[in-house]
Amino acid sequence: MRGVLIDAPLVTDSAAGSQPAAEGVTIPRDEVPFDPSVPWRKSPSVALRPEPFGALVYHFGNRKLSFLKSMPLVAVVKALQDHPDVPSTLRACEVPPAQHAAYVTALATLARSQMIQRRTEEST
Amino acid sequence: MTAVLPSRPVERPTGGRLIDQFEYGLDAPICLTWELTYACNLSCVHCLSSSGRRDPDELSTAEAKALIDEFERMKIFYVNIGGGEPTVRPDFWELLDYAVDHHVGVKFSTNGFRITPERAATLAATDYVDVQISLDGATAEVNDAVRGQGTYDAAMKALANLQAAGMKDFKISVVCTRHNIGQLDEFKAIADRFGAQLRLTRLRPSGRGADVWGELHPFPDQQRELYDWLVAHGEGVLTGDSFFHLSAYAAEDGTPGLPGLNLCGAGRVVCLVDPVGDVYACPFAIHDRFKAGNVRSVTAPADSRVIDFDTVWKHSELFTELRSPQSGGACTSCSAYDSCRGGCMAAKFFVGMPLDGPDPECVKGHGSAGLAAAGERPASSQDHSHTGTVRNAPVPLTLLTARPGAVPAATARPDKACEESPLAGFSPGR
Ligand code: SF4
Ligand code: SF4
Repeated sequence: MRGVLIDAPLVTDSAAGSQPAAEGVTIPRDEVPFDPSVPWRKSPSVALRPEPFGALVYHFGNRKLSFLKSMPLVAVVKALQDHPDVPSTLRACEVPPAQHAAYVTALATLARSQMIQRRTEEST
Repeated sequence: MTAVLPSRPVERPTGGRLIDQFEYGLDAPICLTWELTYACNLSCVHCLSSSGRRDPDELSTAEAKALIDEFERMKIFYVNIGGGEPTVRPDFWELLDYAVDHHVGVKFSTNGFRITPERAATLAATDYVDVQISLDGATAEVNDAVRGQGTYDAAMKALANLQAAGMKDFKISVVCTRHNIGQLDEFKAIADRFGAQLRLTRLRPSGRGADVWGELHPFPDQQRELYDWLVAHGEGVLTGDSFFHLSAYAAEDGTPGLPGLNLCGAGRVVCLVDPVGDVYACPFAIHDRFKAGNVRSVTAPADSRVIDFDTVWKHSELFTELRSPQSGGACTSCSAYDSCRGGCMAAKFFVGMPLDGPDPECVKGHGSAGLAAAGERPASSQDHSHTGTVRNAPVPLTLLTARPGAVPAATARPDKACEESPLAGFSPGR
């Protein structure tokens, strides 16, 4: 989807603890479903810009724009790099277990738009 | 006219929808337009920035580079460069390289005259650069009447050069008028032929556009045609979210609506830096009323030419005001308010309508009443139009002030005693 005067594809997350963006998410579905049990990291082509409500995410490669709508989600995205899988990242960031499912959904959205990517052995 | 923008405390809510967060502004714009020069080799009748002649006070190369440094510091990851015709600046290609080297991606708009096979090859080889060729008619007849003789052929040549160079994802940018709404399929065919992406945007009464808006803006039934066409083409066609006032149709009849944020981003997530460094709320709002400041620092000693855009973006009075919750005025009771939000601030302003009322092209028809009751159109606060004769000046088509058979008399902008437009009361062909 597009934003205000913006042509860059805009990806909205349904970050944990907040309502899903009414504008909807229109990322084409990947054939491979998101796998939280493997190591992940923020893509090296992605830059985060801190914002009062979380962060803006920009992918220099595909020029997609996204937003992380809460500070804890920003912390999780940054911490992925240091943990073997998603659940351990969420525990390390002290995300309440009741919210884990919502975070996994948000991360899956980010994975579909290549904002985060699977970490392979060489890249760690 | 009175601008009604009541100020209320600025307290950002936590959580909630993204659009609600955007209303309070961001730490840096997500859509920054930078017009490099007011100079242009053309004289399009609807130019949003009344361009033509270079301004002697335009930012120097050093200042422009300092501004790019500032964009990098602020993590503004890409900018839209325009003008005037940006390629007219002798340092254009140098600035383009400088931006890319400093992690500021660029999309620039051009009329295509200077996109030679050599330039096209360079562009194709550069990452993070996007090109947008302006085309306002799918035929030379319709295009040249607005943009000037020979401009259709020049655009086609530029498109061919880009395609031959292997450039990917370049854009064809169309401003929608009553003369080209009927050509949407042909535009799409042109884009497909060149492997380009089609981008359709709204004609706003900004700059010289104010003088021709009454004669060129789409008729109500054409707005509907455009909306249906956009819904049918979905993500394949870009719009820069410029038609969100048409999303009101969705509230009315259950059609899916248009993708986008449905928000006027002016001063919140959008802004313009003009060639002399003035910062405006939006590229379509070049007027003193919407000027937030200048990128040339006011605190640094005069002549030091220090660039400070950050302070203007974060602390200017105007932007603070625009980031306060706004009243929907007469629109608040409208069932479509959530999707349309009263439409475009700039469009309302330049036709002399209240900022908290309906858009002049309100799909519920409240625009025509508003137009009839509109105050005086604001005088323009800058004009760089060519003053002499221009070689390829556009010759407007026989003006359709009313469509035969469907006479929507109320949609033509009413002439006023105080009318400034040289076209006031003038309708050749009738
Ligand atoms: S003033 Fe109009 S063009 Fe500018 S951001 Fe607002 S709605 Fe868009
Ligand atoms: S009345 Fe206002 S909100 Fe409703 S459709 Fe018209 S411009 Fe949009």
